[in-house]
Amino acid sequence: MNTTTTTRIVGAPVHRKEGIDKLLGRARYVDDIEREGMWYGATVRSTIPRGIIRSITYDRRVDWSEFVVVTAGDIPGDNHIQLIVADQPCLADGIVNHCEEAILLLAHPDKNKVREAVSAVRVEYEPLPPVFTIEESERQEQAVWGKDNLLKSFVLVKGDVDSVWNGAAHIVEGEYRTGAQEHLYIENNGIIAEWDAENGVTVWGSLQCPYYVHKTLIKIFDLPDAKVRVIQTETGGAFGGKEDYPSTLASHAALLAMKSGHPVKMVYDRMEDLAATTKRHPSRVRHRTALDKDGKLLAMDIDLATDGGAYSTLSSTVLSRATLHAPGPYSCPNVRVSSKSWATNNVPYGAFRGFGAPQAIFALERHMDEVATALGMDPVEFRRRNFLHTGDTTATEQLMRDPVMMDELLDRALKESNYYAKRAKFAAENPLSAVKRGLGIAAFYHGSGFTGSGERILNSLAGVEVTPDKQVRVLVSNTEFGQGTNTVLTQIAAESLGIDYDDILMAPSDTGIVPNSGPTVASRTVMVVGRLIERAGEQLLNVLRENVGLGARQTRDEFFAACERYRQTNGEVVSLVRYEAPPGIYWNDETYHGEAYPSYAWSIHVAQVAVDMITYSAEVEEFWAVQEVGRVLNPVLATGQIEGGIAQGIGYALYEKVVLNDGRMANNQMTNYIIPTAEDVPPIHAYFEEIPFSYGGYGAKGIGELPHDGPAPAIVNAIKDATGVGFRHIPLLPEDLFIGLAAHQQAEAPANR
Amino acid sequence: MKTSSLIHFTLNGESCTVQAPPMKRLLDVIREDLHLTGTKEGCGEGECGSCSVRMNGELVNSCLVPVLQAEGAVVQTVEGLACGGALHRVQQAFLQCGGAQCGICTPGMLMAAVQLVENNPHPSLAEIREGLAGNLCRCTGFMRIFESVLAAATTDYAAQSEKVENAR
Repeated sequence: MNTTTTTRIVGAPVHRKEGIDKLLGRARYVDDIEREGMWYGATVRSTIPRGIIRSITYDRRVDWSEFVVVTAGDIPGDNHIQLIVADQPCLADGIVNHCEEAILLLAHPDKNKVREAVSAVRVEYEPLPPVFTIEESERQEQAVWGKDNLLKSFVLVKGDVDSVWNGAAHIVEGEYRTGAQEHLYIENNGIIAEWDAENGVTVWGSLQCPYYVHKTLIKIFDLPDAKVRVIQTETGGAFGGKEDYPSTLASHAALLAMKSGHPVKMVYDRMEDLAATTKRHPSRVRHRTALDKDGKLLAMDIDLATDGGAYSTLSSTVLSRATLHAPGPYSCPNVRVSSKSWATNNVPYGAFRGFGAPQAIFALERHMDEVATALGMDPVEFRRRNFLHTGDTTATEQLMRDPVMMDELLDRALKESNYYAKRAKFAAENPLSAVKRGLGIAAFYHGSGFTGSGERILNSLAGVEVTPDKQVRVLVSNTEFGQGTNTVLTQIAAESLGIDYDDILMAPSDTGIVPNSGPTVASRTVMVVGRLIERAGEQLLNVLRENVGLGARQTRDEFFAACERYRQTNGEVVSLVRYEAPPGIYWNDETYHGEAYPSYAWSIHVAQVAVDMITYSAEVEEFWAVQEVGRVLNPVLATGQIEGGIAQGIGYALYEKVVLNDGRMANNQMTNYIIPTAEDVPPIHAYFEEIPFSYGGYGAKGIGELPHDGPAPAIVNAIKDATGVGFRHIPLLPEDLFIGLAAHQQAEAPANR
Repeated sequence: MKTSSLIHFTLNGESCTVQAPPMKRLLDVIREDLHLTGTKEGCGEGECGSCSVRMNGELVNSCLVPVLQAEGAVVQTVEGLACGGALHRVQQAFLQCGGAQCGICTPGMLMAAVQLVENNPHPSLAEIREGLAGNLCRCTGFMRIFESVLAAATTDYAAQSEKVENAR
C-alpha cells in the first residue's frame, strides 16, 4: 500500500458510480424485472413453533390443476441450506422447528391467485413443547437442537481471573440484555429463478453474497458448479439481512421454476419479510469486574449468551465476533469470556451489521459506566485510565503494533461535544425541569474483515480486465447495496491503473462472470478486496511494462494502446490476484489466541439525550462520532456510512422492538415496528482521524459496521446521566422507560419530602 | 360492479389511458400497466413513502390511491423529474451530496423533496425534516438527504447539472 504519495481519485468525493441510474428511477431492482412467461411463487409456512406435520390438505374450492406445488420430496439433491452447519432444511420434512418455517411452495401465473391459495392449504400438526428464551434453552429440559441445544460455545482466557478476586479493591457485577432487531431494508427479499435441463439454474435477486447462494443451489439441485448461475440485481439495502436468507429464497424460487417449467418470481411483501426472515440475535451478557484502588482493571469475567433461534445459520460466527468484542478497547491483564449460543424455537436469527459486536459492546459500555459509578469516578476518566495503547495486548494477546489513539479520539469527542460544560449546564437545569438532559459516552473498536484465520480460508480472488472497447472492468463478487462498493472499488482501480474514474466499469455481480472474492460482509470489502484491486492494477501495469513496453509514467492513451498490444499476443488482458495475509499473523482457533483481526477501527460516540419525565419518551438531541478507520477513500460515502449506522443504532436503543408471541412476530408491519424517521434523527457530527493501514486498500480499514456499535450504550448512558437510572436492557420505548423511571421516582419520593 | 374501467390521466406530461379495475392501486397501474418501475413499493400500507408520487400538486402514497381517483389527474413520478436531458436540481443535489445510497427510497424521497422545494423555495432544516417525515430511509440516517435538499434550494445548478441520456 502506497500511503506516502498523493492520490488523484482515492480520497476524493467522487459521485456514486450508479448514482444517476438510482436518481432517474431506472436502476433495476428484482421486482422491476419481468421474464417471458413468468409465474409467481408463494410459501406455505408453519403456524406453530414446534411440532410434527401430521397431514396437509388442499381446499377443494381451489382448482389446484392450475398450480405447481413443491414439497421437500421434490428436491433433487440435499434438502439443506449450506451455511456453516447444514442443519436448516430448505423445506420442512415432517417436522417444524419455528413459526413461519417453509413447508411447501406454490406457483401460478397470477400473482394474486397464488397469494390467496396459501390460506387454502391446511397443515395439521402434533405440537411439541417449544423453547423461546435463552433461560429455557440452557435448562435443557427440552432438546430442540442436537442433544443439548448448544449451537456453539467459546472460551477465551487471558491470565487468570480467579486469582484476582480476593485481592481486588472493588468488584462490580452487572447483567445486560439486548432485544432482536430487524434490518428493515426498504426493499424486501426477492428472487427470480429459471431452470432448464441444459443450462441448469439461473437466479437473479436482491442479495449480498452471490457465491453463498451458489453454494446452496448446487447442493439443492445436485448440479456441477457451472450449471448454477447467481446474478445480483440492484439491491435496496441489506445490512446483513441479505447475507444468508437469499440462499433459502433462491432455492424456493428455483424449485418452483424447475417443476413449473417457467421463470418464477418470489418477492416477499413487508409482513412476510418481517415475520419470516432473520434478525439480530437477542443477547444476555453478565460482567464481573475486579479493580484496584486506583480504578485500574484487574480482571474482566464475561458470560455471554445469545438466542440463535431454531437453526444454526451464522450463530457461531456471530458469537465469535461477540466474544472478541466483549472486552473492548481496554487493557486488562486477566480476562475470561465464556460465550454460548442457544437454540430456541424462534425464527432463526442471522447476520446484522455489527454481527454480535453491538450486543457485546452495549453490555460492556453500560457496565463501564456502572463500574465508574461504583468507584465514584467520572466515566470518561475511568475509561481513559484503562484504554489500550500502542504496544499493549488485547484479550486474545494480540499485540497492538499499529497506532492506537483512543486518548486522542476521546479528547476530540469531548471538545467537539463541549462535554464537560454541557454536563455542568444540564446538572444545573435538570432539577428545575420536567425534561432531563444528559450526555453519555461509548468507547469501542470493531475488527475489520473475517475473524482469525477466516480471510486465509476465504482465499479471495479478484482483479481487473480490459475489454477491446477500452473499458476496464473490476472483477469481484462483492456487491453494492448502498454502502458504495461500486464507487470505492472503481476509485481504487482508477488510481492503481493511472486512468480515469469514468474508464472503469464494475463487471456484473454474476457468478458466471466474476471470480469469488468472498462475501460482502464483515466490513471487509474496501480493506481486503480493495487491496486486491489495488494489487491487480499494479500487477497489470508491471506486466504491460515488462511485455509490451509501457512506459513508467503512461498517459491514458498509452495505457490502452499497450493493452491492445498485449491482447494481440496473449488473447485477453486480465489481472487477477489472490489474498495474501499480512506477515506475522498468528491465530489459534482452538484457544482463541493471537491476531483476531488484521486491523481494528476505533471510535468514541457521545450522545446528548433528553428524557421527558411526563411522557417518558427519550429523544436523542445531538450526536458526535469520532473515528479512526484507516484512510478515508471517499469522504461523502464514509460520512454517510457513519450517519446511517448511528441512525440504526438509535433505533436499536429507543424505537425498534420485535414483539414475539409464542415465537411469532406480533408487530410485523412498518406501522408498529418503528424505525427513526427524518423527525427523529438528531444532528450527527462525524469526524475522522486517519492512520493508513498498511495492508488495506489504499490504507483503508473496515468502516461499515463500526457506527452501529456505539449508539445504544452511549444513549442509555446519557439517560442515566439525565435521570440517575441506569437501564440495563434495550430497546427502551416509553413504556419501558416508564417502568424504570416511575420506580425510581417512587423510591426517591420520601427523601424529597 | 364493473371489473375494469377506462381511466384517463396525465402522467409526466403525457396523457394516458389505462384499462384497469377501479380499485387497483395507482402504484400497480404505474408499474405494471404503464411499465414505469421507478416508483417502488416498500410496505404497502402508506408508512414508508417509497411509492410517493405527485398527484394534482399533492404528494401521495400511490399504494393507498385506487386508480379511479386518478381520473383526470396530473401525476408525476420520478421518471418525470429530469428534463431537457439534464437532472432536476434536486436530483443533482442528491448526486453531489450523497443523498442516495441503496436507492430504493430515493424515487419517493425525491418526489417529497421536489414537493417541498417547489412549495417552499427556502425551507429551514425543521421544515425539511417535517417535509420528509413520511419517507423512510434506512441507509443514510437522513443527514446527506437534508444537505441535498438544502443544496437544491440554495445552489444554482443550471450550469453544472449532469447531462443524462434518455432523460426527457
